[in-house]
Amino acid sequence: MAETPPIDATSREALAELLLSVADDEFVIGFWDSEWTGIAPMLEEDVATSSIAQDEIGHAKVLYELLAELTDDDADRIAFGRASDAFRHASLMNHARGDWAFSVARRYLYETADQVRLAALTGSTYEPLALLAGKMRREETYHLMHADTWLRRLADGGNAGRDRLSSSLECLWTDAQEIFAPLIGEETLVREGILPEPMRAMSITWQARVRPKLEPICGALPAATPSIDGRTRRTSDFAWLHGEFTSVARSEEAATW
Amino acid sequence: MVTRAAIGSDEERVWAELSRIPDPEIPAINVVDLGVIGSVNVSDERVSVELLPTFVGCPAIGVMQEQITARLRALNVANDVEVKVSFNPPWTSDRISVAGRERLRLAGFAPPQAAETPGLIGLEELAVMPIAECPFCGSRDTTLENPFGPTLCRAIYHCSACRQPFEQFKQV
Repeated sequence: MAETPPIDATSREALAELLLSVADDEFVIGFWDSEWTGIAPMLEEDVATSSIAQDEIGHAKVLYELLAELTDDDADRIAFGRASDAFRHASLMNHARGDWAFSVARRYLYETADQVRLAALTGSTYEPLALLAGKMRREETYHLMHADTWLRRLADGGNAGRDRLSSSLECLWTDAQEIFAPLIGEETLVREGILPEPMRAMSITWQARVRPKLEPICGALPAATPSIDGRTRRTSDFAWLHGEFTSVARSEEAATW
Repeated sequence: MVTRAAIGSDEERVWAELSRIPDPEIPAINVVDLGVIGSVNVSDERVSVELLPTFVGCPAIGVMQEQITARLRALNVANDVEVKVSFNPPWTSDRISVAGRERLRLAGFAPPQAAETPGLIGLEELAVMPIAECPFCGSRDTTLENPFGPTLCRAIYHCSACRQPFEQFKQV
């Protein structure tokens, strides 16, 4: 890992928020998608979805490590030792995995937004994050290819799949905006170039890119913007998942891994 | 004649030892040919190695760190051995050496394609599918069955010429 550049307390706090938001997005979607391991619609998908989930959790691990280094904390504690209301993932990740079309819809919305975010972060003045974002982006291209293939496959494959996809997209559209929810201390991050673009600008880029792909499938999508509590709302679905992914760590709290 | 003080130096011994350490997931290739060794630094007190993961979430990173540390400790060139994970520069499949590519092929893996536009594939380019040459018969009449294989770094193809499935070390 590159040496951490000197950084003042205000920027550090804001940077910690940014790292946590990206890490939690990757961590939680990774865990939801890992639920398809063993029960995906076909063997190839079982392998693919598991592999993608493993990638996302791996990305979260390194982001948690960056955060731990910055805040003098422990990556495992951040991942497995927090209460469910301390998570900062976007509302999009609050939903249970649903059926296959629902997971495809979420994966497409997430991957396209993540590409916009990673493209911006590769220009971050915080070098450890810029380097990691560059590396992650190359891997995420495969995820995007996978999500795009499935979106088209369900959209073109007949009414049953198309209807399910369409209703899933409509259901998730508003919550997907929250990937670009404003961060505490965002002005500082933008001013310092740690976040090269405001979330609002990324949100506009992303919408312009996905609307032409999605609206032929599900009709006009409503005007939607990120909201201030987009990363703090929690659901009972997530409370259940949180219980699942912390169960091993809770079973033996003093254990070292 | 130029005499090179570096010949037989500690640094060369470290590189030589590293080139005898196999990748834990694909033992046919060693870690130097795989391109995951970013740098080697030898001082009186310490051997420092930078390890560049092929994939950020590669579960073999810890195993590689342990193996490399143990093997370099046994070399006794310095008291301390440090193996740090780095993303600077990021590992790309272009880092696999010519010898490494040949070893992959002999072990039944198609080597990754050379990247033309590294890391800049966006939504627009998604229609372009990666190509792999069959490691068994050399045909390029192959199809990508699944870009996700048994490990994060491997994709699954099928060869239409010899009708064999095979794996490719993924292009990233």
